[in-house]
Amino acid sequence: MIEAKHLSKQFGSKMAVDDIAFTVAKGEILGFLGPNGAGKSTTMRMLTGYLPPSQGTAVIGGCDLLDDPIGARRKIGYLPENAPVYPDMNVFDFLNFVAEIRGFTAAERKRRVPQTIEKCFLSKVTRQTVSTLSKGFKQRVCFAQSILHDPEYLILDEPTDGLDPNQKHEVRLMIREMSTQKAIILSTHILEEVESVCTRAIIIDDGRIVADDSPENLKASSPDHGAISLTVKYEDPGAPLASIQASEGVKSAVFLKSENGHLFFRAFPERGDRPIADKIVARLSQQHYPITSLFVEKGRLDEVFRRITGHCRPPNAPPDATR
Amino acid sequence: MGKIGMFNTVRAVFKRELLSYFNAPVAYVFIVIFLLLNGFFTFFISHFFDLGQADLRSFFQWHPWIYLFLVPAVAMRLWAEERRLGTLELILTLPVTVTQAILGKFLAAWVFIGVALLLTFPMVLTVFYLGQPDLGPIAMGYLGSFLMAGAFLSVGAMTSALTRSQVVSFILSVVICLFLVLAGFPPVTSVLSGWAPVWFVDLVSATSFLTHFLSMQRGVLDLRDLLYYFSVITFMLCVNGVVLQSRRTS
Repeated sequence: MIEAKHLSKQFGSKMAVDDIAFTVAKGEILGFLGPNGAGKSTTMRMLTGYLPPSQGTAVIGGCDLLDDPIGARRKIGYLPENAPVYPDMNVFDFLNFVAEIRGFTAAERKRRVPQTIEKCFLSKVTRQTVSTLSKGFKQRVCFAQSILHDPEYLILDEPTDGLDPNQKHEVRLMIREMSTQKAIILSTHILEEVESVCTRAIIIDDGRIVADDSPENLKASSPDHGAISLTVKYEDPGAPLASIQASEGVKSAVFLKSENGHLFFRAFPERGDRPIADKIVARLSQQHYPITSLFVEKGRLDEVFRRITGHCRPPNAPPDATR
Repeated sequence: MGKIGMFNTVRAVFKRELLSYFNAPVAYVFIVIFLLLNGFFTFFISHFFDLGQADLRSFFQWHPWIYLFLVPAVAMRLWAEERRLGTLELILTLPVTVTQAILGKFLAAWVFIGVALLLTFPMVLTVFYLGQPDLGPIAMGYLGSFLMAGAFLSVGAMTSALTRSQVVSFILSVVICLFLVLAGFPPVTSVLSGWAPVWFVDLVSATSFLTHFLSMQRGVLDLRDLLYYFSVITFMLCVNGVVLQSRRTS
């Protein structure tokens, strides 16, 4: 288990991280979200023992960072931001060096290093100097370094940064695959990544935790959660809008825009747990307004994110295609 | 972690560091410049052949001045480069203590300079060809030179931890080393002795690399000289550690 106990970090007079506390158990993938400069990297740097905390401590699998820093680091795999790797070494030598530092014997290294190289799809560049590699490969080399010793705890600072969509997918698959025996913390600013990978998300703003919940629950707190978005093929928005508003269980409805003869509406339910889609459909088809599309909004993480971190979105902005 | 674990970690850092020297063309440039400067000063400034003496005093006497610029050039990348590349974060979050990292890196750089120093062996062959020199002063000269290089290097390692700019590190280290050399430089000590009490002059010159280097060249292994160099190295590496611990901010 990773336990952050009231971690704080002060740079000069600025509190970069202010009393952050959470625990991550094995099997969990915790996503760290937050605007740039919110304190994500600083928190991770404290958890990995790079930055000494100004206050508080963290316990990694029973090893307190302040009392047994080396013991704690042995249990952690860490991918720092920007994936630093010695540029003058080749991939194999670099991983071999890390394995040596991690205390593996020559025989273990012989098995483990090629294994890790294969796992991270680096076989093609094994003997290539790191400085000649592309950003995506460098990222994977550093990622390989972090999982080389099969750590119980993985801390990944923007693990998919700089990767192409295929590589992102591979890395996410790998993270999910490993999560059964590990506790994983990853930071990202790709919200879609949180939804597809993380079992839990913590949103940090200004050095404080402002939300800590599963991605589903976070989405449910979005104002659009449970709302119905629908398009009607019709010219004049007034009449269909009136009939949507008159449907049973609808609290309010808005006309969003008109495009190629289609009218876009959004209806909000009176109560989140009572479905209104069927009522609206019944009423509109009764009055012969042809519905061309309809879906139930699940709420969107980026909306929640912006609302929580203080950048509110106007409520009647046009709807984007929902996943 | 046991003693063996500690040793293995230092060795891993040491090996990586030493290999990275020899993987870079800069290392060979350094060695060539070092050898050329040595040859130039010995033969063209000291007129080694005209002296008619079968010893290496005219060779060793230039080492403090050559090291003054070349050793900081070797040392400047030690930590500044790691800081600039972000690999400092990588290495300090691996199970490595700051002490192990410092030792591994320092020893690698020291061995590298040692290799350059060993490559001056044709000088030794030359004096043996020309006459029957005393082996003692030559061996002591090499040992003294190597220890002095270590002292220069420890200063450079410390200044390198202070900054992410190699140039700043280089300049700082040259300035500090210059003081440590000049404190025992005869023209400086003679100016001092004109007005300062003897004990003060002795104190100042005792802090100098030069004083201890010259005393070793006489061919006598004085424990005080050894102690001096090792204290300088230990002190500077400790400061290096403190600087690294306190300047871990991105």
